[in-house]
Amino acid sequence: MTTSPTVENAAHSGRTARTDNWWASPLMVALGFLAFIIYATYRAFENNYYEVNQYLSPFYSPKLIFDWWHFSPALLILWVPAGFRATCYYYRKAYYRAYFLTPPACGVVGTQGSSYCGETKFPWVLQNLHRYFFYAAAIVLLILWYDAIISFKTPDGHFSVSLLSLVMVLNCVLLSGYTFGCHAYRHLCGGALNCFSSNEQAKTRFKVWQFVTRLNEHHMGWAWASLFSVGFTDFFVSQVARGNMGPIPFF
Amino acid sequence: MRKATLKVFRGDKNGGDYTKYEVPVEEGMVVLDAIHYIQAKDAPDLAVRWNCKAAKCGSCSAEVNGKPSLMCKTRMDRFEDGEEIQVQPVKTFPIIKDLVTDVSWNYEVNKKIKGFSPPQDDNEWIIYQEDIDRVQEFRKCIECFLCQDVCHVLRDHDRKDAFMGPRFLVRTAGLEMHPKDTANRMKYLKDEGHIGFCNITKCCSEVCPEDIHITDNAIIPLKERVVDEFYDPVAKIFKSIFGGKK
Repeated sequence: MTTSPTVENAAHSGRTARTDNWWASPLMVALGFLAFIIYATYRAFENNYYEVNQYLSPFYSPKLIFDWWHFSPALLILWVPAGFRATCYYYRKAYYRAYFLTPPACGVVGTQGSSYCGETKFPWVLQNLHRYFFYAAAIVLLILWYDAIISFKTPDGHFSVSLLSLVMVLNCVLLSGYTFGCHAYRHLCGGALNCFSSNEQAKTRFKVWQFVTRLNEHHMGWAWASLFSVGFTDFFVSQVARGNMGPIPFF
Repeated sequence: MRKATLKVFRGDKNGGDYTKYEVPVEEGMVVLDAIHYIQAKDAPDLAVRWNCKAAKCGSCSAEVNGKPSLMCKTRMDRFEDGEEIQVQPVKTFPIIKDLVTDVSWNYEVNKKIKGFSPPQDDNEWIIYQEDIDRVQEFRKCIECFLCQDVCHVLRDHDRKDAFMGPRFLVRTAGLEMHPKDTANRMKYLKDEGHIGFCNITKCCSEVCPEDIHITDNAIIPLKERVVDEFYDPVAKIFKSIFGGKK
């Protein structure tokens, strides 16, 4: 590239000339993530109250119990959804703005300086591994669907519908909307093609790409809704496991 | 009649200051109308670049109350009564005078992108609408350079020496996704255009007056194509078996 320096001039001084509450959105995001991280970390290390009867917390699913592992089994699995969300294009936008101030909001000076190199160097270059986390997250999601479906069957073999089972299903729906609306999947399922009409396979991939694009347009909404639902599902299971409440069966 | 106060930057690269002007507000008025009123009544030497006043030429880019905007698309009735309206030149490019900046750096960047490269045969082109819809979105760009202005890589980190900016990622996406294009610009994107400098904070999409989904539809798909080529060994193996450009 050629150079054309941005000169600090009399027309632009200070952090920003914006007069709206530009700080509100990054602040809400920072607090929202912080609350979830604190709760998820506490629950992951608690290593208790994650399973009761046919209900299993999504933080501990799949339940990986090994003799050689002396810590919480959640730690063996949570790196998958954590890595998927940490490298997600929406979350990147959110935490770069909220925590790294690059930039905190549009037209607002956060960090400055020519040493900035974005996602070209370690550790940020690892963001390019997002699609591998997608593959792993899709497998975990399948297992969560299995957990949600078997939660309709009581330990003595009867079919039962409870509020907790419905919450687990809703959680899977929201996680599916988030996972399969992912930008990496949108690329893999059809976005990588330049011609959607060249053959039957391309035409099929185009249809999938169109569906994924519709999900992707609301990726932020799916991301927040599924983050909340996964935390709430775990909370519900933990409360039932502690005996503070029941799963609220309907029949 | 309601009056608005505009605080307009007056100066050049050697310095300047803000001057306040009172402007009567009429129904349907935009900030560019107010600037024209100031030119006509108070300051005939006020420099402003404009052309169509219909949000199609991309000339009247400026920053209104700190937000990169087209002056011709910023309605005066969106401001509260008594609210002072600050009008600045765009920050990212060198100022020439008042609200006019030198955006020629962009044209130099543009020249470095390999142009449309159709196949060297005489076959008739049949292009279906579904194959061209994606590219047509990118053709809406009016080159107002607001995305370049708001991009923090260029604006705050001043990496014009390395980063091509969202406008030219949009142009590259339009070429790369064209069903009849045969060139491969991935190495250029990674090593010279430095697409990795973009941390997808989406300000470019927020300010685009043509509502092009710059980040979701242009930059991220290009980033994924760069991953295919340089960071994903599995995709590389697939590509070597099934062929390159699709």
